Order: sequence, then C-alpha cells, then structure tokens
Amino acid sequence: MHNDNLVEIEDVEFGYGDRPVLKGVNLTARRGQVIAIMGSSGCGKTTLLRLIGGQIKPGRGTVRVAGESLGELDRAGLYRLRRKMGMLFQFGALFTDISVFDNVAFQLREHTDLPEDAIRDLVLMKLHAVGLRGAAQLMPAELSGGMARRVALARAIALEPMLVMYDEPFAGLDPISLGITGNLIRRLTDTLGLTSLVVTHDVQESLKIVDYIYFVSEGVIVAEGTAAEIRASDLPYVHQFVHGEADGPVPFHYPAPSYADDLRLGKQRA
Amino acid sequence: MPTTCDWENSVLKRSIENLGNRTLQGVWRIGFAARFFVAVLLHSGTAFRRFGLTIREMYFTGVLSLIIILVSGLFVGMVLGLQGYETLQTYGAEEALGILVALSLVRELGPVVAALLFASRAGSAITAEIGLMKATEQLSAMEMMAVDPIARVVAPRFWAGVISMPLLAALFSAMGIFGGYLVGVQLIGVDEGAFWSQMKSAVDLERDILNGVIKSVVFGVAITTIALFEGYDAPPTAEGVSGATTRTVVTSSLAVLALDFVLTAFMFRGFN
Repeated sequence: MHNDNLVEIEDVEFGYGDRPVLKGVNLTARRGQVIAIMGSSGCGKTTLLRLIGGQIKPGRGTVRVAGESLGELDRAGLYRLRRKMGMLFQFGALFTDISVFDNVAFQLREHTDLPEDAIRDLVLMKLHAVGLRGAAQLMPAELSGGMARRVALARAIALEPMLVMYDEPFAGLDPISLGITGNLIRRLTDTLGLTSLVVTHDVQESLKIVDYIYFVSEGVIVAEGTAAEIRASDLPYVHQFVHGEADGPVPFHYPAPSYADDLRLGKQRA
Repeated sequence: MPTTCDWENSVLKRSIENLGNRTLQGVWRIGFAARFFVAVLLHSGTAFRRFGLTIREMYFTGVLSLIIILVSGLFVGMVLGLQGYETLQTYGAEEALGILVALSLVRELGPVVAALLFASRAGSAITAEIGLMKATEQLSAMEMMAVDPIARVVAPRFWAGVISMPLLAALFSAMGIFGGYLVGVQLIGVDEGAFWSQMKSAVDLERDILNGVIKSVVFGVAITTIALFEGYDAPPTAEGVSGATTRTVVTSSLAVLALDFVLTAFMFRGFN
C-alpha cells in the first residue's frame, strides 16, 4: 500500500537532561507539501528537525520517514536514509574552505561515481536553479547571508532528495532575499516533487508558501491547519503569534517575583 | 562547634565538591578521548583510500610548519655548537662537538622541540578549525549529508599529523646539525673532518636515529589526537573554541614532555 505520508511522528517525547522539550508530539508531512513548524524560540522546533534527521533519538514514541522507523535503523541504515534527505541549516553551514561549486558538488563526489564533467553540469544546473550559477567560483566568505542560504539550498537538493528540511530559512534576511528564499522553497518543492519541512517564526512569509502549519508551544502541538485556517484561527496563542502581539498566552515578562517586592515598596530600606 | 548548617554552606565543603567534580570530569574526558581515538583508527579507511585528502592536510599541518621548524632547528643547533664548544674545550675534546650536536638533536631536541613547535603551530590550528566547523554546524551538515565527519574530516588530519611529525623532526635535526656545523666549524674553527667523522662513527642508526623517529611518531599521535579531540569536543561558542585551543597547546606540550621521559627510560636505560 502506498503511504501518502513521508514523515510520521507519533507521540514523541524528548528532553535534554532533566529539561523536557517535546511532550507527546504528533505530526505528519504528506508527500509534495510544504509544511511549516512554527512556535516561539526554544519551543522545540529545531529539535523536531534533528529527530527527523536521526541526529537525536526520542525518549518515547516513533519517528518514521518513508515508512522506516528511525529508532530501528543502524548507522548504515540511517546514512542510507539521509541520502534521500536534504537539510538547510540556519546560516547555511557551507564548508568555508572550499568554493561554492565544490560545496554543491560535495555530495555528488562523496556518494556517486559520476565523472567530473557530469558533476560540473549537475552543479551548474542546481546553482542556476537558485540563481547563483555566476557565483560558482566564489568562496563562502564572499557571499551575503541570503546568497549563502541559496547555495546551501542548491547543495541540499544536489542528490534530488525526497525530503528537505529548513531550519529558520528566513532569519536575518532582507525583504528581497526573504521573498526569493520563500519562492525558491515553493518552486523547488513543486518542480522536484519534494516534501519540505520549514521551521520558522516568520509568519507572513510562511503563510504565503506553505500548505499546512503546525504550531508548537511548550513541547506540544497547540494548533494546526492550512494557511487560511491559521489566519482565521481565534485560538489565543495562534492569534498572538500571527499578529505579533507583545503579550498574551506567551507573556511579555519572564517569570519573576512580585514587582513591588523586588522594589521593596512598603518596606523600610536599610 | 560547627553546626550542620555551617558545614552545608562551608567553603571547605564546596572546595571538596569542586575538586571531586573536576576529577570526575577529567576521568570522563580521558575516557571520551580514548573512545574518540579508537573511532578515528576504525574510520581511517577513507584517509588511505582517498590519500589526496590526507596529502591536502599534510600541506596545512606539515608544509606550513616548515618555516618555524627550520628556523628554530638552525638556531638551536647554533646554540648547541656554541655551548658545546665552551664545555668540550675545557677537556680538550672540542673535536667531539659533532657527536654532541648530533646525539642531542637526534635523540632528544629534534623530536621534542619539533613536537612542541608542532603542537603550538599545527595543533592549535587543527583545534580551532574543527571547533569552528562544529560551531558553524559544518560537521552537523556533513552528518546530515550521510558523510561521517570522523572519516572525512578527522581521520585525514590525524594521519597527516602522524606522518608529518617525524618528517618535521628529521628536518629540525638536520637543520640543527647544519647550525652546529656553521658555528663549530665555520665560525670557531673546529676541524671539519673530525666534526663529521666522529659524528658518523658515534651515531647509531637503530639506537639513535630509529629511536628518535619512534619518539616523533608517538608525539605526532599524541598531539594530533589531543588537538582533534579538543576541537571535536569544544563547546560551539567563541569562548569554547578559544578554551579548547589553549588546552590543546598546554595538554599536548605536557604530554610530549611526559612521554619523552617514559620513552627515553625504555629506549636508553631499558630498565635492565
């Protein structure tokens, strides 16, 4: 039976030491969709990506990618599955000692026996897809933040994976680069038949390109739905997040003792 | 008499706890380093199958260390020539200067001083590079691309260090002998024939040169393992990488000196 879900996360719990991060998360990503995982900083979004990539293992629950349970895979099995995944790290994570061309060619050289001529053509095609064919010979240090992320995207799709994960792809980008990156994610997903998982807190850009959204807060999924459903949601957390309100279910103030007590009001000062 | 409460908050108790904690952490780190070393050995296939990767790292760790090694070797040899002549002429044995210079360099100064310079020049660079690769998620990116960073990044650097170290020590000794020759023969006027012939008859291939090579290989293993482990284990922050780089230089320098004593004891005393 063909399973339409590429990623399935069931009742997953995970913590760093004694600090629980995820407390029973359920999430599915259908093939060919762009899925956004949103939530405030530190809510466990990136941890979810690391679980899907098999970099960490859940304390409880199962993570399945393409029908394979990551917890049951040995190292070789995990590496075999990762060849079908691409990941775009927050600041690109390009290899700084090699050129843009060599960065994109990296996986092709590591995992295939293609002749150098074929690798050259493939790399230039991937760079052309992200608009940076002319930057092939530049070093990563010569790129702007937006360009570095586009190169990282070209590198992530070099082996034509079935799943691409994006960790905060819009963070720190100017409006033009932001629009370009958003459009690229949508366009590459559609043209290459990928499934994209985007971890972000950029609501406005994400709502333009995604098919489905999960909201994570305090280690659980608090809301989910299509872009239209999320826009229309009257859940207080989603409302606060989508409209960028300073106070609400996510309080403005970090937990602290009473303000009056801290200022020692009503008490005689020494 | 101190109460329980006093003991709970006392500086002495905190100091003992701190000492115990540091000791435990130290033992843990030694265990992790040993596991790391075994993992590097087990994942060394790539470093040999694709020897170009190792040669590239030999350029960074070995070739770029040449200037400091050659210049230091020259000056150490020149100082040995001066000091050796001063002492030997007291006993009328200045023609033995060649022996003194060669044995000092081949047995001890060559491997040890070259290793200390290697730890400062190449060891610190390896730690900083690996630490920054970790901090900028380059190692995670490699793992996500199904490429093992231990096999692809760490092992070639390890073998490059292990191969480079004896070559650098040999060049240090050769340059030192040349420095001793310049000062002893050309400047002071020791007989050239005696300088070279006494050196040739006194230096034994197995006892002196081979032992020197063994020492420098062991130092190469120690320095590159420490440098790579510190980089791989560094907290992914500027402060973390800076601390790891400092630890590499301090720990590997001390390891070289301690290992030198142990190796010398076995090689030249033999405990028999």
